[in-house]
Amino acid sequence: MELLQLLVSGIAQGCVYGLIALGFVLIYKATETVTFAQGDLMMLGAFGGFIAMSAMGLPFWAAAIATVIVMTLLGVGLERVVIRPILGQPAFSIIMLTIGVAYVLRGAITMIPVIGTETHPLDAPYAGQVIEVAGLVLAAEQVVVILVTAVLCGVLTLLFRHSKLGIAMQASAQNQLAAYYMGIPVRRINGLIWGLAAAVATVAGLLIAPITFVHANMGFIGLKAFPAAVVGGFTSLPGAIVGGLIIGITESVAGFYLEEGFKDIAPYVVVLLMLAVRPNGLFGERMRKKV
Amino acid sequence: MNRMTDTDDDVLLRARNLSLSFGGVLAVNDVSFDVRRGEIFTLIGPNGAGKTTVFNIISGIYPPSKGSLHYYGTGTEIALTRLAPHDIAATGIARTFQNIELFEHASVLQNLLIGRHRHQKSGFWQQVFFTKTVRDAEITARRHVETVIELLDLQHYRDTMVAGLPYGIRKVVELARALCAEPSLLLLDEPSSGLNVEETEDMAFWITDIKEELGVTVLMVEHDMSLVSRVSDRVFAMSQGQDLASGTPREVQTNAAVIEAYLGTADDVTSLRRPAAQGST
Amino acid sequence: MRFIFKTDYAQDINLAKHGGHVGWYGALICALILSPWLLDDYWLAQLTLILIYSIVGLGLMLLAGFTGQFSLGHAAFLGIGAYTQAVAINAGLPLIVALVGAMAFAALIGVIVAIPALRVRGVFLGMATLALGIILEEAFARWESVTGGNAGLFVQSPTLFGFEINEATPYYFLCLILTILVTLGVANLLRSPTGRAFVAIRDSEISAQSMGIPLARYKTLAFAISAALTGLGGALYAHKIQFLTPEQFGIIQSIDLLLLIVIGGLGSIHGAFLGAIFLITMPQIISIGKDYLAAGIGESPGLSAMVYGVVLVLFVLFEPLGLYGRWLKVRAYIQLFPLYRRGMFERQKSFQKSERLK
Repeated sequence: MELLQLLVSGIAQGCVYGLIALGFVLIYKATETVTFAQGDLMMLGAFGGFIAMSAMGLPFWAAAIATVIVMTLLGVGLERVVIRPILGQPAFSIIMLTIGVAYVLRGAITMIPVIGTETHPLDAPYAGQVIEVAGLVLAAEQVVVILVTAVLCGVLTLLFRHSKLGIAMQASAQNQLAAYYMGIPVRRINGLIWGLAAAVATVAGLLIAPITFVHANMGFIGLKAFPAAVVGGFTSLPGAIVGGLIIGITESVAGFYLEEGFKDIAPYVVVLLMLAVRPNGLFGERMRKKV
Repeated sequence: MNRMTDTDDDVLLRARNLSLSFGGVLAVNDVSFDVRRGEIFTLIGPNGAGKTTVFNIISGIYPPSKGSLHYYGTGTEIALTRLAPHDIAATGIARTFQNIELFEHASVLQNLLIGRHRHQKSGFWQQVFFTKTVRDAEITARRHVETVIELLDLQHYRDTMVAGLPYGIRKVVELARALCAEPSLLLLDEPSSGLNVEETEDMAFWITDIKEELGVTVLMVEHDMSLVSRVSDRVFAMSQGQDLASGTPREVQTNAAVIEAYLGTADDVTSLRRPAAQGST
Repeated sequence: MRFIFKTDYAQDINLAKHGGHVGWYGALICALILSPWLLDDYWLAQLTLILIYSIVGLGLMLLAGFTGQFSLGHAAFLGIGAYTQAVAINAGLPLIVALVGAMAFAALIGVIVAIPALRVRGVFLGMATLALGIILEEAFARWESVTGGNAGLFVQSPTLFGFEINEATPYYFLCLILTILVTLGVANLLRSPTGRAFVAIRDSEISAQSMGIPLARYKTLAFAISAALTGLGGALYAHKIQFLTPEQFGIIQSIDLLLLIVIGGLGSIHGAFLGAIFLITMPQIISIGKDYLAAGIGESPGLSAMVYGVVLVLFVLFEPLGLYGRWLKVRAYIQLFPLYRRGMFERQKSFQKSERLK
């Protein structure tokens, strides 16, 4: 029973990792850019929800929707101003750029007097409730996290695989110049992708805020998205979620059964194992250059 | 019957029954040939024939699923199929790449000096202290590289970053870099692709010079038939991974099977012909 | 541009390409030697830190800037050097032995790290090094018997030939001498076949192999040298700050090191120094700037993160060649005045191509 309880909390935590990884994989799949800014976008989304509820007095669901919309626009704007000029530069430069963006987001939030430097609760209407299923005690927050993640993942996978937009995104990722020639509006697509990723990160932030509270260092949770993406495979959307779940469960189990400290490094040990055995992740695709 | 076998002392490279499949696709199917010392041997064939794959097998980028490859350039017989690419380079085989794999963020001179890497002998600590041995080796390397620059007229571009060079010059630098290794066998992958008529002329002269003045054996993949007939001693035609014909350029170009592979049969041609438009005379 | 008329291959091989080089660098060395008498204690300490970070910067620059292996967890080597030095000195070993030991141990870990690193490239290498960095940081914290864990570890004063050199000036000279030796060593490597092999691996692995460069051997060498230099920097750092805690060697420090090489200028020795100057002087500049800003902004804890972030973003967007690149442009302008042409350093528009197919 204890193990099952651990599994559930691992799964719930894993869903959050998976959502952040989802945004990360979205961007990688479409523009082959590795972004370190997802964690801090999540943090910004959570703060956005908090501000909408406290300063503007909106009820939870309205605040959530408003925040997601605003963050989507922010994501599109971010892409337009900061990422677009840089595409075509070596991957490392783009990574450093996203690290810079993450710093700016974190710095900006911390600079807001009073709000930025404190920890705040986010009052979701379902907070504090408890559901009992087959002897397991589940927090409502955890259940909501799992459900929302499942739905989002399904929608996005369908988008990529079956819509023209999704195929256009893949084309633009593989060869941007050829995509331009084919009349694919590459720039608009990239903007959309970043907006989408920001929206997903915001959802993750709003889901996790009732559990971890809203504070400026939330972005570091985003670091765990990388192990999730490595395990799942950088190019697979369902893989990101599966990877997140594996990482979440590993952490949960390690935290209980192993000594202190192992909980924090367990995801990274998993990363190393994965890279040694199957670098492309569980669901990633293998590619080779033809010379 | 194998028309390509010769007496052993003449042969520099011997390929026997090479086969390679990628997943389900049989890219190279039971290919055998010999390359004689001092000759220019060309592989031709329509796209997808497997020519560059054969090249990649020889230079060690892919191991063949079946078959053997023996090299006689160093005085003893060496089996190439199990060697890593850098070991193959060390035996005196150098190559150029179809899609130009130059070192973009280095100057032409540095690219050429890297081409000489297989001759480098100095140890790590000697280089850290840049001893006289290392300095002398650098000057010697520079002298060799300058002879190649002289041969290929690259003096203007010595210190230019490769990233800023036009395509035609890059092809020449690619060739120069391979020559700087002082190879016994030079693999040229489509040396004239993307070049205009004048540049192709220059390339033809240089390939002949490489054979006659430098005594290097050349194994080449090429599509430009005029270049092939001008320069080659023997030609080997492939199609869909298999050998079609071999012999002198003339023999191969007039071979019925080769013509069919490139152009199709007479029937194919007729069926493609469209009826004349109405009202035209 | 200064026109150098070349008559001898040695001119291309020598480190000092012309008289100007000898003059300016000579003057710099003189200024550095005279610094203890020209600067006050505080600025001398800052200069010492700049020298230490330059050594570390050279280590990471060699690996990332010249060999193309980007390590997102490099602070781990800094920590390995620092802790090894502390343990050795606290155990009574002489200074030089301890320094060599720190370098050697760091190099050994570098070789071990290289083994998995050989098999992955690009973003996967970044992930692997990130993971290793985080694991090692945790190891520093957990292995309390050796490292003192989160409680910290005091580092005793170093002695050299019987003299304690915990004074600012002697320690500064130790750092200066080591920095000069390391710089010369790295510069020599880069003008030799090994340095060229590194650049080849960075630009086209498949081509490098076909030229006879064994990838495994050279990549491992790059990791080992980089780790050794970073470890040396860590060892010197340990004596400078005298008290070690694991969080000094975590991911924030790793990102700082990456900032160093990117803002300094990837792929150049000068970049390591300029980046180190940037990293050490930035906090000072922010402090001074605080006085000119409104109280609300100036005192805010987020200011530093914001400034670093903005500077990094601006550099990547507008000056990808870093401070060194900017210096080259300024120098060209001065040398060509008034004939500087506007499009001289124009970047070609580049399109994104899949790196997975590399």
